[in-house]
Amino acid sequence: MPWPFDRTFMQLALYAGLVVGASAPLIGAFLVQKRLSLMGDGIGHIAFAGVAGGLLLEVWPVWSALVVAVAGALGIEWLRRAGVASGDLVLAVFFYGGIALGAVLAGLAGAFDASIVPILFGAILTVTESEVWLLVGLGLAILATVLIAGRALFAIVLDEEAAKVAGLPVGALNVLLSVLVAVTVVLAMRVVGILLVAALMVLPVGASQAVARSFRGAMIGASFVGVVSVIAGLAASRAWGLVPGGSIVLVAAALFALAALAMRAPGRRMPPQPSVRTPTEH
Amino acid sequence: MSTPVVVAEDVSFAYDGQPVLDHVSFEVGRGEFVALVGPNGSGKSTLIRILLGLLEPDDGRAELLGSDPAHVEDRWRIGYVPQRPFLARDLPATVEEVVAAGRLARGRWWRVPGKRDRDAVQHALDYVGLGELSDRRVRELSGGQQQRVLIAKALASEPELLILDEPIAGVDAESQRLFRDALTHAVTEHEATVVLVSHELGAVADDLDRVIVLKKRVLFDGPPRALAEEGVSLGVHPEDLPFWLEGLR
Repeated sequence: MPWPFDRTFMQLALYAGLVVGASAPLIGAFLVQKRLSLMGDGIGHIAFAGVAGGLLLEVWPVWSALVVAVAGALGIEWLRRAGVASGDLVLAVFFYGGIALGAVLAGLAGAFDASIVPILFGAILTVTESEVWLLVGLGLAILATVLIAGRALFAIVLDEEAAKVAGLPVGALNVLLSVLVAVTVVLAMRVVGILLVAALMVLPVGASQAVARSFRGAMIGASFVGVVSVIAGLAASRAWGLVPGGSIVLVAAALFALAALAMRAPGRRMPPQPSVRTPTEH
Repeated sequence: MSTPVVVAEDVSFAYDGQPVLDHVSFEVGRGEFVALVGPNGSGKSTLIRILLGLLEPDDGRAELLGSDPAHVEDRWRIGYVPQRPFLARDLPATVEEVVAAGRLARGRWWRVPGKRDRDAVQHALDYVGLGELSDRRVRELSGGQQQRVLIAKALASEPELLILDEPIAGVDAESQRLFRDALTHAVTEHEATVVLVSHELGAVADDLDRVIVLKKRVLFDGPPRALAEEGVSLGVHPEDLPFWLEGLR
């Protein structure tokens, strides 16, 4: 491969990054429209507790993070559906609870030091070949699930109540989406780290949906933006010795800003719409 | 009356001890076009949610298409337009994608749509006057056009029963006319039953079979001409109904 991907570690980083860059926005597209953009962040913090628990129990942290992230995602969905608290408050509880539990467990494992930094901000340049294959497997699982359930998830995004009336298994599909978020978070953890994990799910979607003509187009475009962010971010990190996870996310943020600016160009604005009615009816 | 498609029998419901519905009873027969009206807070939306199986009544029972509302099989038979203002401003979806989402109920939700599904979606779009705009982004449409997209979404499964909760509040006259055409088409061509919750019945005044007036209880249930005898004209003086409903508070 040509520079900057001429070295084996860069090639492995590229493969891992491409899988994550392409698949994370597929899930993010649904979260953004459900106004749950920060869900990936919340689950990322829960995954941190899983990683720390893995270190304490001497289990491979990716597996422990996956188990804890899935359990956390199901917990968030259950609390949201039970109406115990509003969606953002539920996220906040898991967000802070996860990071606090992670800090405590990392301390008990004797790992509350600089070795935590790669978990928080990613360590894509140290990805191994076996990890790449695991990422490819998880990425394909995400793609297959979106291909099968994407239309139904879109119907729920449009109107959860109407989807329920139409007989779609709304509860099960919401749980499925939560599990997909958890899998994606763990997938992206090695690439950009727990603190930036949601960025790869959300920023490419923001960039793409600003210019996309359809939901399908927005998803494909978001995957493309994710892939471009990974390639450009890795190249920049190699060229200027930058942190790769942060570089990838900064490219995604720059692409989002460009798309937003393009939308503000004359003739691209959306027509005004009537104000939203307040539901006062019983 | 023909075979009942919708049955409410002594339905009562309260939110935190505050009664919203008090022994409400009525039936809607197959192929009927019925308007459900009442002042704000009269329990219309709660009643609709009970009829759809989204809420359990505290007392009494509801029946939809011959079954308990929560356990209706083949739920594609129900088309529902919820009380929802407009689609999200930032929704990156085409008109066709939104309407096709209403077709998912017709069959297994995971299957790939076929030609028959695409034809049904196009048919629904044609009947709300949006056939030419199927590739347009929904966020580029006016409020009235977006409402018609949601109605087309409900029609896409070719339902036997169409329930619409305040679908045309605040939309322009052209959209109201096309809305009326779509409903009369559903009733006459597809023999669908329509239950319409709305304060604005002027557009459909000549097509309604019955008007049910609700204010916790059923205050009136009869044809529009009987309502006219009470001094309420739906078509000639559309403002009569809102004034009359206001007086019911």
